[in-house]
Amino acid sequence: MIVFGANFISNIGEEVAMLLFGIGFANLLFQKNLIRKIIGLNIMDSSIYLFLAEKGYIEGRLAPIVVNGIQDVDTYINPIPSGLVLTGIVVSVSVTALMLSLTVRLYKRYHTLDLDEISARLKKEGR
Amino acid sequence: MAFVQNVPFFSIILSMFSGIISSVLPEKQAKWLNTAVITLVGAMSAWLLSYMLKVGGSYTFMMGHFPAPWGNEIRAGALEALMALIFSIIMLLSLLGGRKKLKDEVEITKHNIYYILTDLLLSSLLALIYTNDLFTAYVFVEINTIAACGLIMIRQNGRTIVAAVRYMIMSLLGSGLLLMGICMLYDLTGHLLMSNIQESVQQIMQESSYQVPMMITIGLITVGLSIKSALFPFHAWLPDAYGYSTVSSAAMLSSLVSKGYIFLLIKIFYRVIGIHIIRGSHILNVLFVFGLCAMIFGSVNAIWENDIRRMISFSSVAQIGYIYMGFGLGTEAGMVASVFHILMHAATKSMLFISAIGLTDASNGSRHFSELTGSGYRNKIAGVGFTVGSLSMVGIPCFAGFVSKILFAQAAVAHNAPVKIFPTVIVLAISTILNAVYFLKTVIRIYVPEKRAYEKKQGYLSFRLSEQKMYGITIICFILLNLVLGMMSQPIVHIIEIGLQNFS
Repeated sequence: MIVFGANFISNIGEEVAMLLFGIGFANLLFQKNLIRKIIGLNIMDSSIYLFLAEKGYIEGRLAPIVVNGIQDVDTYINPIPSGLVLTGIVVSVSVTALMLSLTVRLYKRYHTLDLDEISARLKKEGR
Repeated sequence: MAFVQNVPFFSIILSMFSGIISSVLPEKQAKWLNTAVITLVGAMSAWLLSYMLKVGGSYTFMMGHFPAPWGNEIRAGALEALMALIFSIIMLLSLLGGRKKLKDEVEITKHNIYYILTDLLLSSLLALIYTNDLFTAYVFVEINTIAACGLIMIRQNGRTIVAAVRYMIMSLLGSGLLLMGICMLYDLTGHLLMSNIQESVQQIMQESSYQVPMMITIGLITVGLSIKSALFPFHAWLPDAYGYSTVSSAAMLSSLVSKGYIFLLIKIFYRVIGIHIIRGSHILNVLFVFGLCAMIFGSVNAIWENDIRRMISFSSVAQIGYIYMGFGLGTEAGMVASVFHILMHAATKSMLFISAIGLTDASNGSRHFSELTGSGYRNKIAGVGFTVGSLSMVGIPCFAGFVSKILFAQAAVAHNAPVKIFPTVIVLAISTILNAVYFLKTVIRIYVPEKRAYEKKQGYLSFRLSEQKMYGITIICFILLNLVLGMMSQPIVHIIEIGLQNFS
């Protein structure tokens, strides 16, 4: 039984992240247009980064960069999720670039972005 | 610390750097560098394997200067070394066998890109085998995906680009789920190293707090990796990707890429979550059902197929089903059978792809069964290779397939729940018959004697062994590998058992 209580408000960032993940996943899976699929992919990846950032953030603390020589743990937020987000962004940029280049290839060859139409045409050609 | 313990690190870094260096090398030198690196990695893995068998157990290797809970680690044992050894042997043989075809199908300027991609593929596979860090595993999963996509689309025609796009979309769905699962697991446990996560997970389960998020995490990771390794309902991209790419790519994709993900999943089951918790959750039952479906549907689709390459690809779907069915049994014996099946399928499927290309080359490049009639006489060594591969897939004694089938059957019979025994045994029998239908149909087809006059009219080519030495040697090595797996299975099964015990 899900009770919408105080946790619902305090975890609003995670909930938005999950919602966005669902939207992105569904777009990547169901959209016909390749560009929309790629946008869905980016929404999905960004939602994961939002989730991680939300989890690593501790209210009232600073970014994990040592300034003025304060080395106390309680001053800063958890730096590992931020590191993971950076790594994830690198991966997602390269994957997006690869997908976009594939899309350009397909468009130059078939002059459409609809994957189903291309498949139907390939089947008709019988190759 | 013995010097041999550096082998995992060296093999990963060596293959990665050879990829980087290859980008500035001319085509021929890139080829030699690639061959040398794969051979070296194989030799080093054999060395590590012999060392691990002597010493026993496993060890962790610290990457960088930070100790356990913070830094990155590599972990190696006998099973990991065996996997690395067999993967590098198969990669080497696949590349050697498809080299001539690569020259015809891929522009000469793109050859060194091909070798860069294979180097990257090797390094990411090795990293998936050896890593002890979950996020590192995710990064290498993505590198693996990108390299595999490149290997599919390096042959330029419409089909391969569409196949690559489909492959990327399915893979990205899978890696999205996997990343979400890893992030949630990090948030639940606060660790990224596999051994530390396991301690925290056990603590969580004992306190029986966070049950629901834990189950969701297990589900996300399992579904993500099974999408990436083309378990039954997610296999739509597979036949095109394997069927139309250049033959070395097809052999490597079917035998290595999907197996890397499956091995990672085994590691997550044993080393991250803990196999007892996995058995307690119902995820294995889900895998069991889909595995059984895959065994039937993959084989049925393969029977309908008229194209030899696509038939072999659909057979891959069925074989992946066998592996997941073994997971689904949930017993130690089932897991051992699955791991053996990974090795057997890797060795056999790459041989089938490589020998199928010899048969189609002898039939004007056509892949349709009607044209393949009698091609076993026109290219003898390819015919022999294909026959051995088919017999192994069907499960004839002496060949590797027999051992894995008998391991599955034994694991099923020893299971204590009848609800799993009967479906497994029945589907195993049906699937074996279906395997026999489509593989032996092809074998009979390629050995139907054809009139000489007809052959002349069609302009078919005949190949002698002396004209294709490299190809012949490759096929012979494949046959030997298959026989080794089939006839000397005891020590290999023993290594797998020890390795899985070390995992948990």
